[in-house]
Amino acid sequence: MELADILGGACPVRQAGPGDDVDGVMPRVVATPGSTEQTAALLRTCHQHRLAVTTRGRGTRLSWGRPPRRLDVVLETTAMDRLVEHAHGDLIATAQAGLPLADLQAVLAEAGQQLLVDDLVGGGTVGGLVATNACGPRRLVPGAPRDLLIGVTMVRADGTVAKAGGKVVKNVAGYDLGKLLCGSYGTLGVVTEATFRLHPLPEATSWVEADVPMAELAGRVAAVRHSQLVPSALEVDAAPADGDGTAADRARVAVMLAGTAGGVRARTESVRGLLGAGAQQTDPRWPFRLPGDDRTAPRTSQEPADRPVLLRMTAALSAVPELVRHATAASVAVRGSAGVGVLHGRLRGSTDPADVADRVQRLRRWCTAHGGSLVVLDAAPHLKQAVDSWGPVGGLPLMRRVKHEFDPAGVLSPGRFVGGI
Amino acid sequence: MTTQAGHPSDPERQASVLRGADPAAEVQAQREPAGAPASRGTVAQVREDLRGLLPEEAVLTDPARLATYECDGLAAYRVTPGLVVLASRPEHVAATVRACARHRVPFVARGSGTGLSGGALPHADGVLVVTSQLRTLHEVSGEDQRAVVDPGVINLQVSQAATPLGYYFAPDPSSQQICSIGGNVAENSGGAHCLKYGFTTNHVLSLDVVTPDGEQVTLGTRAPDAPGYDLIGAFVGSEGTLGVATRATVRLVRLPEDVRTVLAGFDDTDQAGAATSAIIASGIVPAAIEIMDALAIEAAEAAVQCGYPEGAGAVLLVEVDGPTDEVAHELAEVERICREHAAIELRVATEAADRAAIWKGRKSAFAAVGRISPDYIVQDGVVPRTALGQVLRRMSEISAEQGVRVANVFHAGDGNLHPLVLFDGGTEGETERAENVSGMILDLCIEQGGSITGEHGVGSDKARYMPRMFTDEDLDTMQLVRCAFDPDGIANPGKIYPTPRLCGERPGRHQGAHPLQETGVAEIF
Repeated sequence: MELADILGGACPVRQAGPGDDVDGVMPRVVATPGSTEQTAALLRTCHQHRLAVTTRGRGTRLSWGRPPRRLDVVLETTAMDRLVEHAHGDLIATAQAGLPLADLQAVLAEAGQQLLVDDLVGGGTVGGLVATNACGPRRLVPGAPRDLLIGVTMVRADGTVAKAGGKVVKNVAGYDLGKLLCGSYGTLGVVTEATFRLHPLPEATSWVEADVPMAELAGRVAAVRHSQLVPSALEVDAAPADGDGTAADRARVAVMLAGTAGGVRARTESVRGLLGAGAQQTDPRWPFRLPGDDRTAPRTSQEPADRPVLLRMTAALSAVPELVRHATAASVAVRGSAGVGVLHGRLRGSTDPADVADRVQRLRRWCTAHGGSLVVLDAAPHLKQAVDSWGPVGGLPLMRRVKHEFDPAGVLSPGRFVGGI
Repeated sequence: MTTQAGHPSDPERQASVLRGADPAAEVQAQREPAGAPASRGTVAQVREDLRGLLPEEAVLTDPARLATYECDGLAAYRVTPGLVVLASRPEHVAATVRACARHRVPFVARGSGTGLSGGALPHADGVLVVTSQLRTLHEVSGEDQRAVVDPGVINLQVSQAATPLGYYFAPDPSSQQICSIGGNVAENSGGAHCLKYGFTTNHVLSLDVVTPDGEQVTLGTRAPDAPGYDLIGAFVGSEGTLGVATRATVRLVRLPEDVRTVLAGFDDTDQAGAATSAIIASGIVPAAIEIMDALAIEAAEAAVQCGYPEGAGAVLLVEVDGPTDEVAHELAEVERICREHAAIELRVATEAADRAAIWKGRKSAFAAVGRISPDYIVQDGVVPRTALGQVLRRMSEISAEQGVRVANVFHAGDGNLHPLVLFDGGTEGETERAENVSGMILDLCIEQGGSITGEHGVGSDKARYMPRMFTDEDLDTMQLVRCAFDPDGIANPGKIYPTPRLCGERPGRHQGAHPLQETGVAEIF
């Protein structure tokens, strides 16, 4: 019996074709359940046959993490693309996993509301947001997706459907499984619906940008951080100097303000004062893009071998300016939130695997010593083989036990996550 | 539900409250929870193991001293612990938990003991690990906006240490003068200002944890986004069922430039509720929005003479904070909306002392109710904010039908109700009626898509209500986390979940991936 026939009773299934690979690993079939029930039926059957499953939304960050050790079925969420509920008076929304974030934001905006997250890659879905916990500049005040997610419906590896949390913003009944699922890369279950707390769209926003000498970066950033202006974002951006081994000598700093028209106007002037001579009110695109991605046209698909080495680097807040300097000296273009302590990096220069691994390792040691971590989010397949994507992980044995409880047969994206999980 | 006796020193009243809650079943649950392995050791064995590992004075066995730990802030439930360990080093916690694990003896962690759901209710055949002597504030950094603290450090001390640097610790439960960070972590504590600033879980970056097998593990990093599963997200709010936190790194928030507090009197809670909805709809996110009804106002006046507007059927308390210009705008909006909703009186406090005076009535409300009723039950249900009006009306109907008085104090901004169900345990049948009304209120919250607890925790008290909110599959899935951390079920057993299943009873538990496969060394096709 063909695999498609075995699974076809659960939901629509087709043979896998070009473009269906997960980081170079081809599945046998692609299944597209249209509901939580169909997802459960599919996973139940997959589990019986010990078929390995990787969940995909629109695939915009599917190559992040490690390639799956084995793969039979790609579970595509795109047929689950409904906004289930938008209770605007309660500032909450429940969406199915396959709903594109941009579509969600468009509906919310009509009611003067937003889900306060940024999709730095663009084109992602609600499920992808939860799976990667990835966000951008405006996390400074409300936090990451894990802080905005208040309820979740998931299907476990064996097809069991479970909910946690709810649709009220304040709730301490039972374990917060939503947080465990945020950033779990689909290795604990398949999220089919997620409920988020929303925020009102501000009446006005503005950005102030300044190009500052590296020597002054720490002072300027600290001045904004320590102000009482409540910025909505505090971003830095720096590219390595041309020659290898030299740190950038300048960096861009951008500060976002949001609130009432009058309040924003006054605070914009205050921030200009803090950022020093040359600070301008601008409308920058770069804080909403990953480093090195200054596209004007939509992103096109890339040959795997051309995929850039994408890093996520974190450090204690006071160490961030120094991290910018260190990273650029290692030929890494950096961009990210100096107010949160999370920067993205794009490795430039040599693509020799040994050299890349060495630079990653040195930079990681620095981040770890300064209260943070370094994760290789993405890289070309031959480079992923050479580098340790995750580095030291506190509590890894516990994480293995959690994985084992949720997915004892190891069928959900095996190998994609930390420690071979 | 939280049953608070007005006379904590009167054992008869306590007993009467307990009767309503079926004490035999409750205590039995503490004694031998479902899921406990048959071969439990004894506290005497644990005590022997600890000789030489802990200072002698850190281990309490004297029955009189043990009895002082028989309850937490929910005094209606009482169980004398088998043994108490006063840990003053993380190693003491680890050694104790290791000994408990060796003999499969239950342990319960306790901070200041202010919890309102019996989360730190001891186990009669178990060890109570008290963390309140672990109270070093290791670091307060304005530069990194972090504080690194022991679990016994008091919540307010963190803010007091950070204030000179211009920062504070945002979670502010009403008990913040005495409750500890370890307890805040266990319960995911909120407070009046969590509407804008979030709960404990949004402010913890790293934790040192003693897991139920006695291992010491560091989770997270000083920076956010540490690699791996968000185990901190699972641990915070797990009510001591996943282990004991021995150190926490928390986020500090910059003090706002300006703070204003508005006190508005209304004819009834309907109008106060409508004003709340209008404020939220206008796009303002206040730092706090609280409502008290007539009965709660009466109690607060009797207790602290807070001078709330005379004749008001409800008061609305709104705090806005942030940059001066934004605060001025939001304040004007709040005042306008309150007037539009027929506020009978409006006061604005700018100075800290005036703000404190407004808050005094609100913060004293629970205790104050003791002045107008011998006993009361504190509820902690949550409803969607837009359902507030409907729920309040239904609650007053229930109150009238059942002949039980209910005072209402609530965090209106996030729909977290704290109904205070008043009764006299000395009068035949009143306790049962009050318990009944309490249960009806929880059902009302669940019907509206809300929660049985917004910030007090499930603990011993509301475990039996969990199946009304969650399916067996939901609860079973939460238990998977429990089994990963605590397969023997020795960490605070009997709390949160009514009938924890045995870990490993699921078929296929040992059918996991082969170790070689799991580590990527080999593949199995």
